[in-house]
Amino acid sequence: MTAAVQAKPQSRLLLSGNDAIARGVWEAGARVAAAYPGTPSTEILESLSLYPDLYAEWSVNEKVAMEVAIGGSMSGARSFCAMKHVGLNVASDAFMTVTVAGVIGGLVIAVADDVGMSSSQNEQDSRFWGRFAHVPVLEPADSQEAYEMAKYAFELSEAYNTPVILRLTTRVCHVKAVVQVGEKVAHAIGGFKSDARRWVMTPANAKGLLPAQIAREGKLQALAEASPLNFLDDGKDKRVGFVTSGPAFMHVRESFPDAPVLKLGFTYPVPLALVEKLAGQVEHLVVVEETEPLMERELKAAGLQKIHGKDLLPRLGELTPNVLIPAIKTFLGEPVPPATTYPKFDPFPRPPTMCAACPHMGVYYSLARMRKNVQISGDIGCYTLGAGHPWNALDSTISMGASMGIALGMDKARSEETKDKAVVAVIGDSTFLHMGMQGLLDIVYNRGNVTVLILDNRTTGMTGGQNHAGTGKGLKGDDTPRVDFTKLVEALGVNPERIKKIDPYQLPVVFKTIKQETAIPEVSVIITDRPCVLSEFYSKIEPYKVVDEDCTGCGNCINVGCPAITVKRSESKVRPDGKVNELKFTTIDTAMCTGCNMCVESCGPKAIVKAKPAVAAE
Amino acid sequence: MSDVITNILVCGTGGQGVMTAAEILSQAAIARGLDCKKSEVAGMAQRGGVVTSHVRFGKRVWSPVITPGTADILVAFEVAEGSRWADMLRPGGVAMVNTIRLVPPVVSAGLFKYPDDPVAQMRAAGVTVYDFDAGAIARELGDLRLINTIMLGAIADYLPFPAGELEEQIVGRFREKKPAMVEVNQKAFAAGRDAAESAKTKTSAA
Repeated sequence: MTAAVQAKPQSRLLLSGNDAIARGVWEAGARVAAAYPGTPSTEILESLSLYPDLYAEWSVNEKVAMEVAIGGSMSGARSFCAMKHVGLNVASDAFMTVTVAGVIGGLVIAVADDVGMSSSQNEQDSRFWGRFAHVPVLEPADSQEAYEMAKYAFELSEAYNTPVILRLTTRVCHVKAVVQVGEKVAHAIGGFKSDARRWVMTPANAKGLLPAQIAREGKLQALAEASPLNFLDDGKDKRVGFVTSGPAFMHVRESFPDAPVLKLGFTYPVPLALVEKLAGQVEHLVVVEETEPLMERELKAAGLQKIHGKDLLPRLGELTPNVLIPAIKTFLGEPVPPATTYPKFDPFPRPPTMCAACPHMGVYYSLARMRKNVQISGDIGCYTLGAGHPWNALDSTISMGASMGIALGMDKARSEETKDKAVVAVIGDSTFLHMGMQGLLDIVYNRGNVTVLILDNRTTGMTGGQNHAGTGKGLKGDDTPRVDFTKLVEALGVNPERIKKIDPYQLPVVFKTIKQETAIPEVSVIITDRPCVLSEFYSKIEPYKVVDEDCTGCGNCINVGCPAITVKRSESKVRPDGKVNELKFTTIDTAMCTGCNMCVESCGPKAIVKAKPAVAAE
Repeated sequence: MSDVITNILVCGTGGQGVMTAAEILSQAAIARGLDCKKSEVAGMAQRGGVVTSHVRFGKRVWSPVITPGTADILVAFEVAEGSRWADMLRPGGVAMVNTIRLVPPVVSAGLFKYPDDPVAQMRAAGVTVYDFDAGAIARELGDLRLINTIMLGAIADYLPFPAGELEEQIVGRFREKKPAMVEVNQKAFAAGRDAAESAKTKTSAA
């Protein structure tokens, strides 16, 4: 990352797509950049924060990031915002209107789709937003293109008075490839000029602008046909020609080196004439696109013949060579080579787990103890892992900030069987500030009976520990005011007596507080206060060990879920009544243990004690 | 320069330094003037999950991912992860495996079983495996984090360029920021090369 910031023009670097985009945005002279972290887009803003002469921020959510960029553009500054696919859903309200108003300074929106779903709640195709909003879509296939297209997107935006979508996927964002960088061009801020007919979107004003939007789409169509970002990569084998974009192009080129391929970088509006040209040279055309059959349908709707796509290829996931080769060979009636020579071993699953001493474990340990009497509505973040082993303490996770609205719905829709169950909503600090506040306000306003747990670990954990309005630090690590969750929640109307701030490491307190608040039939908010173990706010203390002679094998400490605790010996013990007890004798990895104390509190026989001064190796 | 692409799959678990190893390999390739692509599957890896990195280099690299059955080298930082990804190897490819066993909570709790001998499993399936205890070597050298350099040393003689070029990439990183670490990393690199050599001899003799 640092290397890209310092790199001289023309140097050759190994850059991820995200770092390459940051370099391109900076070289284009952008002055305003905003985002909320989200895999796989997160590193773009982290990288941009290292460049001089550029304002870069973490916004509280993507809608605000979009608004900040719009404000920058209105003021004549080249402006940029980045988000993951689901983030554009959040930002869509502002986005759909700025596409009518247009831009002054170039406005570029990078949207990263999680094709293959490494860490998202859905797999959606952001290219639809281009059609929906009538804005051009550019799709890079690797880091070099990501860098070049980021720069070009600003030119395009200004020349055609439109925001531009730079559509990315995980295999662009998180693949490192060789990039030759260029030079920064200065781009002054013109300053805001009042023009109510342009910027005040009353129906009358907006109506006046709509015809321009339609006219613009026509011009963009012509531009796409002529754009050097779309080119035909010729091939000798004319049986199948491919139409493709993004990393799918790379997979096609690798799989079928002799086939003609139309490589699209400027993908909306679709350059129909170019596709027709290719169609004239080949027996069949296969559209290879991740993930939805978007272009395929447009080409078919335009009356093009011999088009194939999702009839041969999967609708979900990446279109890598091992997917493409068998599909196309089968279509051509050729023998399919066996996929692998060695067998597939699947020894055991290794799901992501909470870190040793993660403050969320105490909460889930307690919720798991009262599982039968609670319904638990979860949210997006590290605490989603509470759904996994050994806690199994989440009933739903839908979208960011949705835990509270869903909890209220659960509360209002109680059945005869669930009428006595407590409804609990669990949300993290960053997520609460992103979209959770409104949900809580709704619970208060509509007199919901929900116990809300705000797990404040002072960071945006799952995406790698980014700052937010509750950490007291900005994107560059600079000091900023830190939100006071207790006061904030009180301002939303929660009865001050029902707001509890607790230390999640004190298991008896956690259990007692949740028990007590869920028994009271009104909204309560429990705020836990311990930093993420991976954050700068966390300080490690002396580790613990298990005294073998005292361990009774009860396995309580295992139920805390700490990865530093492992079973070293199991034993079946037949009780006098004939029942069999599975005993689990444990050990603690002192190199991992941070001395958080949670396992100590879970241990009946007091077999867990301070280890002597820790050593690096166990 | 031939058109042949070298495919290396680096695997392990979150926090073991898989990403860094892949980065160093890639830097060595581009220092040679080769085209290179490196795919990260990090996602939630920081939370102890499975981590893999695909490194591909040659004259011109298209796809950023290694097609199953085409990896030349599999470098496994953990033994069960080695078996998990063994099917990525091409026939005749080499698996370089650290025999350390990192047991996840789901296994510890008895929900799943950790295989008794993943290396034997792989060998029974016909995979060429060179295995050794990189953790023990690292501990002897005084720092468990050296596993990374040891594993890179272990594959250094299987790359299409001299081992010294890979070593330079590792050592070069420390020279500026932590000069005190240069010597111990050189030792770790050499120890990795030796360990791989004796693992190979042992395997061929067996």
